[in-house]
Amino acid sequence: MTQPLNIVVLVKQVPDSGAPRSLSADATVDRESGDLVVNEMDEYAIEEALRLVKAHGGQVTLLTMGPEQAVQSIRKALQLGADAAVHVTDDALHGSCAVKTSLVLAAALQTLEWDLVICGAESTDGQLAVLSAMLSQRLGVPALTGARKLTIADADAGHAERIGRIERQTETGYQLVQATLPAIVSVWDTINEPRYPTFRDIMAAKSKPVTTLSLVELGISPSDVGAKGATSHVDDVAPRPSREAGVILEGDEQAGSKLVEFLVSRKLV
Amino acid sequence: MTTSTVLVLVEHAAGRLAKVTGELLTAARALGEPVAVLFGAPEVDDPLVAELGTLGVGSVLRVRDARGTTYLATPAAEALAQLVAQRQPSAVLLAATADGKEIAGRLAVLTESGLLTDITELHSDGTAVQEIFAGSTIVSSHVTVGTPIYAIKPGAIAPQPTQPTTPAVEELDVEFSVEGAQIVEEVTEPKGSRPELTDADVVVAGGRGVGDAEGFTLIEQLADALGGAVGASRAATDGGLYPHQFQVGQTGKTVSPRLYIACGISGAIQHRAGMRTAQTIVVINADASSPIFEIADFGIVGDLHTVIPQALAALAVRAG
Repeated sequence: MTQPLNIVVLVKQVPDSGAPRSLSADATVDRESGDLVVNEMDEYAIEEALRLVKAHGGQVTLLTMGPEQAVQSIRKALQLGADAAVHVTDDALHGSCAVKTSLVLAAALQTLEWDLVICGAESTDGQLAVLSAMLSQRLGVPALTGARKLTIADADAGHAERIGRIERQTETGYQLVQATLPAIVSVWDTINEPRYPTFRDIMAAKSKPVTTLSLVELGISPSDVGAKGATSHVDDVAPRPSREAGVILEGDEQAGSKLVEFLVSRKLV
Repeated sequence: MTTSTVLVLVEHAAGRLAKVTGELLTAARALGEPVAVLFGAPEVDDPLVAELGTLGVGSVLRVRDARGTTYLATPAAEALAQLVAQRQPSAVLLAATADGKEIAGRLAVLTESGLLTDITELHSDGTAVQEIFAGSTIVSSHVTVGTPIYAIKPGAIAPQPTQPTTPAVEELDVEFSVEGAQIVEEVTEPKGSRPELTDADVVVAGGRGVGDAEGFTLIEQLADALGGAVGASRAATDGGLYPHQFQVGQTGKTVSPRLYIACGISGAIQHRAGMRTAQTIVVINADASSPIFEIADFGIVGDLHTVIPQALAALAVRAG
């Protein structure tokens, strides 16, 4: 008989990457001017968790760190089918760097029971792609990073513990990587095709429990996080200088030949 | 005053240094004297040491891992953390690859230090430049805590030639505590004779406008005629026109070639994030209102199914 899997999925609220984005005056991501959405890669993480729980049994809990308004994205993410959510929120967290974000999320994960933590390989705003490694280091559990395929093998006569196995995309192919549970898994968008919520899912999400956690409850000092506790500082922000306008040919029957002439003039062939 | 030491984690594959290693060394020299940290290399007749010598590296630390099993990122992070404690370097530089970033993240936690990733320029005062939000915004930052960890974006920094040396090699035995995730098997997927997408000087990419999987034959022909790699937009890979591993863009690969030819690609912000730093951008698209024309050095409003064959014919004439 297969053992149930309790899974925590990390979810981040980010500005829509399909629209122009900017930094606020304090050099943090501007969350006022554009639409805020669930980080795209996190939807794949949720989908993977739901598929695993369907096969193995267990619970899926979402974990978010973010300002109060992040609860909108938590509700949206809950529509995909998770059971509950935990929201770490505290004014002192504003401006936290990745190192300190991992400190807070690791503390939050220690208050929950889980066999697997699944997250998107990177967020569309910060794009550091370091969180799973940092959490692994802080929690002392292995990280299976950059998965395009994930399977969980139950404990059996040969293995005392359950084992997670992934296919990890590399430049030249992929690696098969494995680790014993509990473990952290980060996923790319090649791993599955996320579902669309049904009307029933959307209605059900409204009554799912969302628990909030503050820094005091996590035993973290406000001065150790946020802009005060950050391990790096932004000195300057500037828009990219625009490219010089290029040559555009329209309705030119010799365009293909002219392209080659252009490449020759630029010494590109 | 003695020059400060900068630890540089060497990237290599199949007995050769990766291109980014030269870029890391150049970036490191802005801060001090680079010391190359070599992991997972043979102990006898190591061709990497000689190659590092041609890049002007005077000192190599070769880390031995006696366990004979390969683990993901954890041993390199532990080794670097121990070296940071022992040698007190002024900074640690790594490549901002998937592996490099994972090591960097672990090292930041282990050494309680700040890290900056995807750096495109590094200055002597420790200021690092990053391009964020699909390359639309340029940010300068510095690390304020611990030993700064810099993950340098491959292809962003031009490697500077230096006087060749014969490096002094120091063997290091490092105690490893955690095992972590074990690499059970490396699988190489057939990729044909084309250059690696992220390393290529020329990338020819197709999007939804290519029409169907067969249309990609044209893209491949143009890439082959220019000695380039083939890329694809997300619309093309999601639509099953071309395999996912060739996707260029925010959720795919970032490329920085000398020449990027975008065919039938509308140029969503996410796609531009993966290619906007190309030196020369050529666009072929039937829709004149496609946003990708905004960043084109040379744009053709037309049907790629007639433009590309004509270009191929012209290239064939040149090739004789």
